[in-house]
Amino acid sequence: MAVQQAVRAGARHASAEARPGARKWRRAVTGWSFAAPFTLLFVVFALLPVVASLLMSVTDMRSTDLRHPFAVNFVGLNNYTRLFEDALFRRAAVNTAIFVVVGVPLTILAALAAANAVNSGLIRLRGLFRVGFYLPVVTSIVAIAVVWRFLLDPDAGLVNNLLAQVGIQGPAWLQDPHTSLGSIIVMATWRNFGSLMVIFLAALQGIPLDLYEAATLDGAGRWQQFRRVTLPLMRPALLFGAVITGIGYLQLFEEPLVMTQGGPLSSTLSVSYHIYHQFGFGNYGYASAAAYVLFIAIVALSALQFRLLGARDAD
Amino acid sequence: MLTRRDIVGRSVLYFVLFGGLAVVVGPFLWMLLSSFKPESEIRSVPPTWWPSHWTPAHYHDLFARLDFPRYFLNSVIVAVLVTAGNLLFCSLLGYALAKLNFPGRKALFLIVLGMLMVPGMVLFVPQFVLVSNLGLANSYAGLVLPFLAGPFGVFLMRQFLLSVPDDLIEAARVDGAGEWRIFWRIVLPLCRPALATLGILTFLASWNNFLWPLVVATTDDKYTLPVALALYSIGQNRIYFGLLLAGAVVVVLPVLIVFLVLQRQFLRGIATTGLK
Repeated sequence: MAVQQAVRAGARHASAEARPGARKWRRAVTGWSFAAPFTLLFVVFALLPVVASLLMSVTDMRSTDLRHPFAVNFVGLNNYTRLFEDALFRRAAVNTAIFVVVGVPLTILAALAAANAVNSGLIRLRGLFRVGFYLPVVTSIVAIAVVWRFLLDPDAGLVNNLLAQVGIQGPAWLQDPHTSLGSIIVMATWRNFGSLMVIFLAALQGIPLDLYEAATLDGAGRWQQFRRVTLPLMRPALLFGAVITGIGYLQLFEEPLVMTQGGPLSSTLSVSYHIYHQFGFGNYGYASAAAYVLFIAIVALSALQFRLLGARDAD
Repeated sequence: MLTRRDIVGRSVLYFVLFGGLAVVVGPFLWMLLSSFKPESEIRSVPPTWWPSHWTPAHYHDLFARLDFPRYFLNSVIVAVLVTAGNLLFCSLLGYALAKLNFPGRKALFLIVLGMLMVPGMVLFVPQFVLVSNLGLANSYAGLVLPFLAGPFGVFLMRQFLLSVPDDLIEAARVDGAGEWRIFWRIVLPLCRPALATLGILTFLASWNNFLWPLVVATTDDKYTLPVALALYSIGQNRIYFGLLLAGAVVVVLPVLIVFLVLQRQFLRGIATTGLK
């Protein structure tokens, strides 16, 4: 058996050496035959659209041009300059920025607190908390919205009735432009902190226990251990969490769509929602330009977070 | 020995954790309980937790008066096709990227990975134009095709396959097995844990997917569950609240059961790939 194998391998080796070009060719054919099915779909439904979107963003394409793609005109950067003169787009950009700047740290803090509490050696029922906190992540946003719109109902809602019991008159959370965006931020935090918690838990469990023992011997209290041992060792996970949450939150769309339809008075209008509206109006070129601005913002935010959180790794 | 400090610390911890759990799980419990209340009781001030009269009327209406069996079936069809496609295509490419050496491999991987950064809205408009021009609007093909090949699955399968030792594949090659035979007989069975994770995550994402079917499915017979629920809750044909709650339960319950049964694979998958 072993001899046979050796002979066979030798024969293959010899034939391959005789025709190195043929072997290279065969490798290419094998590799691409495995890659082809995915690549074909990927090119048609992802790569082509990314390029098409860029091209559409410098044209005046509208939904009426759908059947006549050659009737569209090149308009240069016109769509982009119009965007920044568009009061609604600016409003959407500010709302989205507030959502990210407040929502990302809030989500990370909630996830960090939950992960540390669940991971604490004092706690039983760890599985229950882990599964419970993760529940909203797997749930359809539409179903969540049905429940939350009712929870936040000014009269019949659970939240205001609980507040009334301690003598506070709660606002009309989603109907008041002062509280609508804040409500969406809290809801998004509630919905998303569970997935970051799971990532942070994995990072926490990777920290060697003897580091804590050494810190205790050195007289460090709980809080100091957290600051000097846990946090620095969690930095890669924190960076990762900040980047993926930032990418996700910049694309805020479903929450305002199902909760407030962008209102009241555009107080919860986001950039993605604005794009969706423009698409609905048939302004395809304009919508694509806005989508590319969002894309650039995502790349910029990710780069910024890598600089801010990643740089100190060099210490 | 527990010190007094430990006991205080533990009490505070439990208080915070159970408080958090109430805030997170409470709304789900309320949704489930209230879906069995008569409409008048759901709207009562102050709201109640436990139904004073249990009634299955909302569920009956959902399935008899509205077309929820159809929406449910549509959601299942789309999610099953999308999941099967991703399992097959992503493992094929993941294997090629991890174990086969061919020209263009690095570039292909970088392009696929880069797509993870592209926001959905960039793809959305041209995808709609494409699907409309192919005549696939309001069809299952239109609902499924854009999601069959997701970059996340490739990333997951490639990472997993990198950890599979080359010797195993090399030995089969020496034995004269063809590349496809190696893939079906050796590689795929080894990938079972990764395939399980990818399958669960893809099914879930497809089940909860909302924007694309909202735009592509234009008639009632192609709606998926989230689309139907959204249109009934914010559209012109609003339905009464008890029905909405029952609808929300029907959307949530299947994934909830899958999640509770398979939570280990789920959470392990999230922790190792870091993505949902």
